[in-house]
Amino acid sequence: MYNADKVIVGILVLIIFFTTPFWLNYKRVEALPKPERAEKGEKCIEDTAYMRAYHMKLLDEWRNEKVRESKIYYQSSDGRIYLKSLQRTCMECHRSMANFCGRCHAMFAVKPDCWKCHIAPEEVKKWR
Amino acid sequence: MSKLPKPEELIKDVELHKTPVQHWMDTKVEFKPGKFLFAVDPQVMEDLGRPHLGKWQPYEEKWPLPEDWKERILKAIRQRMERFRSFKLFMDICVRCGACADKCHFFLGTGDPKNMPVLRAELIRSIIKGEFSFFGKLFGRFAGARPLTEDVIKEWYYYFYQCTECRRCSVFCPYGIDTAEVTIIMREILHELGIAVDWTMKPVRFSHFIGNHIGLQPHTIKENIEYLLSDIAEITGINIEVPINRKGAEVLFVTPSADFFAEPGIYTFMGYVLLFHHIGLDYTISTYASEGGNFGYFNTLEFAKKLHSKIYEEAKRLKVKWILGGECGHMWRVWHQYHNTWFGPFDYLEVPKSPITGTVFEHAKSHKVVHICEFTADLIAHGKLKLDPSRNDHLIVTFHDSCNTSRAMGIFEEPRFILRHVCNNFVEMPENTIREKTFCCGSGSGVNADEYMEIRMRGGFPRANAVEYVHKTYGVNTLACICAIDRATLSALMRYWVPSVEVAGLHELVGNALIMEGEKERTTDLRYRPLKGYEEGQ
Amino acid sequence: MWNDLFVSILALIILILVPLVGVGLLGLDYLFGIVIPYLAFTIFIGGLIYRMIYWAKSPQPFKITTTCGQQKSLPWIKHSRLEAPASTWEVGLRMFFEVFLFRSLFRNLRADLVGKRLVYGSAKWLWLGAILFHLGFFIIIIRHLRFFVHPVPDFITLLDEIDGFFQLTVPTLYVSDILILLGLVFLLLRRLVDAKVNYISYASDYFPLLLIIAIVVSGILMRIFTKVDLYAVKELAYGLVTFKPVLPKAEIGVIFYVHLFLVSSLAVYFPFSKLVHMIGIFFSPTRNLPNDNRMVRHVNPWDYPVKYRTYCEWQEEFRDVLEEAGIPIDDDWCKETQKKA
Repeated sequence: MYNADKVIVGILVLIIFFTTPFWLNYKRVEALPKPERAEKGEKCIEDTAYMRAYHMKLLDEWRNEKVRESKIYYQSSDGRIYLKSLQRTCMECHRSMANFCGRCHAMFAVKPDCWKCHIAPEEVKKWR
Repeated sequence: MSKLPKPEELIKDVELHKTPVQHWMDTKVEFKPGKFLFAVDPQVMEDLGRPHLGKWQPYEEKWPLPEDWKERILKAIRQRMERFRSFKLFMDICVRCGACADKCHFFLGTGDPKNMPVLRAELIRSIIKGEFSFFGKLFGRFAGARPLTEDVIKEWYYYFYQCTECRRCSVFCPYGIDTAEVTIIMREILHELGIAVDWTMKPVRFSHFIGNHIGLQPHTIKENIEYLLSDIAEITGINIEVPINRKGAEVLFVTPSADFFAEPGIYTFMGYVLLFHHIGLDYTISTYASEGGNFGYFNTLEFAKKLHSKIYEEAKRLKVKWILGGECGHMWRVWHQYHNTWFGPFDYLEVPKSPITGTVFEHAKSHKVVHICEFTADLIAHGKLKLDPSRNDHLIVTFHDSCNTSRAMGIFEEPRFILRHVCNNFVEMPENTIREKTFCCGSGSGVNADEYMEIRMRGGFPRANAVEYVHKTYGVNTLACICAIDRATLSALMRYWVPSVEVAGLHELVGNALIMEGEKERTTDLRYRPLKGYEEGQ
Repeated sequence: MWNDLFVSILALIILILVPLVGVGLLGLDYLFGIVIPYLAFTIFIGGLIYRMIYWAKSPQPFKITTTCGQQKSLPWIKHSRLEAPASTWEVGLRMFFEVFLFRSLFRNLRADLVGKRLVYGSAKWLWLGAILFHLGFFIIIIRHLRFFVHPVPDFITLLDEIDGFFQLTVPTLYVSDILILLGLVFLLLRRLVDAKVNYISYASDYFPLLLIIAIVVSGILMRIFTKVDLYAVKELAYGLVTFKPVLPKAEIGVIFYVHLFLVSSLAVYFPFSKLVHMIGIFFSPTRNLPNDNRMVRHVNPWDYPVKYRTYCEWQEEFRDVLEEAGIPIDDDWCKETQKKA
């Protein structure tokens, strides 16, 4: 092999670059946090798989329909009726913004806009 | 020789934005007169101890390839891959983005898609895939692979001598793929079977046995020089002597042999001689190492090394301190990029130092070889030359950057600096046709054979077109260059495309402008053309 | 050539069908979620290292820098450091501009024959398409780190915010996704529309473009339209890079496996195709060598002595004419060299 010094450095850089996650995780591997279970209620408005994947779409629709079209009720796929409200429907059961929403969102570097206007349950408690 | 069509007819068939319907692997080469080079005379190869195919010509239907031609070619390819990282790499990394496609002067002049540098390289890339790679064999054409056949050899002969190794494509390639490197290697591979071009091989034989490419014997060189010196005496009234094979000179001056005997190179030579006399340089030329150019380089690198070995034996023998090289393109490619590797280290030479200005040429400290333009530019910058640029006032000059000195050396400012000091009328050709984007004369790398005139005129078309533009716009009548092949080929090119433009070496213009001590009043330039104000009847 | 395009589309369809059948019908989640990605990554890295060593096994015999600017010569002449680098540092700079900004491609011109006149115009579209695609790809790869790293480093959060700046949809559409698609579609259309490029295109040119387009599209679909359980995705991805691979309990959705399988295919294809230009550019001798040939000697390891016609052989042949012309004869040199030999 010719120019071995440079080529070996190149190979190392290549390996290090493509194993970046390994280095970023190095010595801090831990179990992924799980979002806190709901404090009350038996089932969510839709099934868990759907909620996990589509909750942001649902909330987005709720906002648009409620604020812009005054459609304030949501009928779930099993026929139940809910008030379209983040604070009064969702957070009624999931009582912590930090431990329910926040844990997952932090895992994906997601920063939803909800809490720019809405007040998290934790905050509400402080004011009571 | 076939009759060459008129200039306005020649490029009528060129389509830059249309391609054939047929897949390129299905189009066969046709050897039409004016568009191919004659095969080498077997005697030349015999004399040099090289294999050959006997008497044959490319237009023959069946080429007399030896029985084991395929094995020999494949072995040669493998060996070149082991030896040249460049070649190996260039075969792997092309993405066929097409940036090079319309950069080649042969493509611009013929419209033949196989003259797109990318496709020229595909001619061999497809064989490497088709013969060596499992996936290439499996997917065939879809992976750009094909088997090696006799038609492929014909194609190689046709297209690798339709590349002048000018490297313009390599400037634009995002990976720096250099088709010149591919062409050099492919010509070597063809040589393994004894397939070569007569026009480039005869000069090799002459250079090897006699010392220069036209076969000038030592006494002829001397006579020619004396003839030129008598012209100088007539024009300037100065008697000059040129030292030949003189031991103990400080500088060995080597220049392409065309400068000794062929117009317009001889005028450039007269310029050199006047310059050296003007500054009193302690130099010698050599009749043994009487060829700065290198036709070997157009055949195989081994030949190239063989031919130029003489320069360094001569430098040792004559005990010179350093070597000065004349104006030449491919000569300087070989000198600059290969010599130090082949012939170094040069512990018997000294770091070049201009005896006139005291400038140490630091950039040549290891190789100890200086380009005449660097040398002259330094002299002018130090005010050591008495110049009268008005003696070139009868000329309106533009400058042609030679491919090799441009893209394999980077010598752009030195010649321009000199030009601005030796003449008053200097204009540049359009921006995209000069400096690193300069166009080849169309006949570089040893394809300036008469039988190849159509291709040469087509290949030189982009260059001629740019000259025509400045000729029409600014009245340019002189195309200055620093290359011996240019001096020969651009002259032919100008005669065809822009007949009123003449070609001149840079140092010819220097020679015109130099005010020699004790000279008589000059009324003509070195070509006996009247100077401005001395025209007949005035 | 149309055949080549059709074959590439066919290959792509097969690659999409494999995970659809494998995961959707046969339930081979473990194979497609864990085994194939590990294998693909190994082949990718191993293949690239193999390539590098393969190239490095051949020496670069000569210093063949392509000079695109003024050489370093006399001190009062302005030297173009970037275009004719003369030191390692300058070469590094040149390489940086080549690798990250595609400087050579930026020079691109277009030649047209107008009547009898050749005209040249600026042609930066290829450069733009290429840089959109490559830069987009790079940002997307970095952004994907959020699936592999926990906790997510701040720089990725920041990158995510910048990339999602426009907040056009929920979840936000990334700018890089749009740019890479624009770049890719341009590069593909160029291959189909431009006669010259079309003429030189093989299936092996269309296929990687189509494959990457499919990867991007499946990614965008998964993000905005047919959404998947991201928590499960991260469980899988994080498990893979921490060497504790687990299949998440929750179902991810088959589109994710399509995405993953296409990425795995790209990784496997990469080292054995033209895509190795990513590494190859660093090896390119016309760019990575300084134009200092006369300053520093370059050694060719396989250099061999050649027989040439020596002065003495030459003098013997021309002795008569030399003497007659009065050119000096040098017999001492011949004695000296014969003694040495």
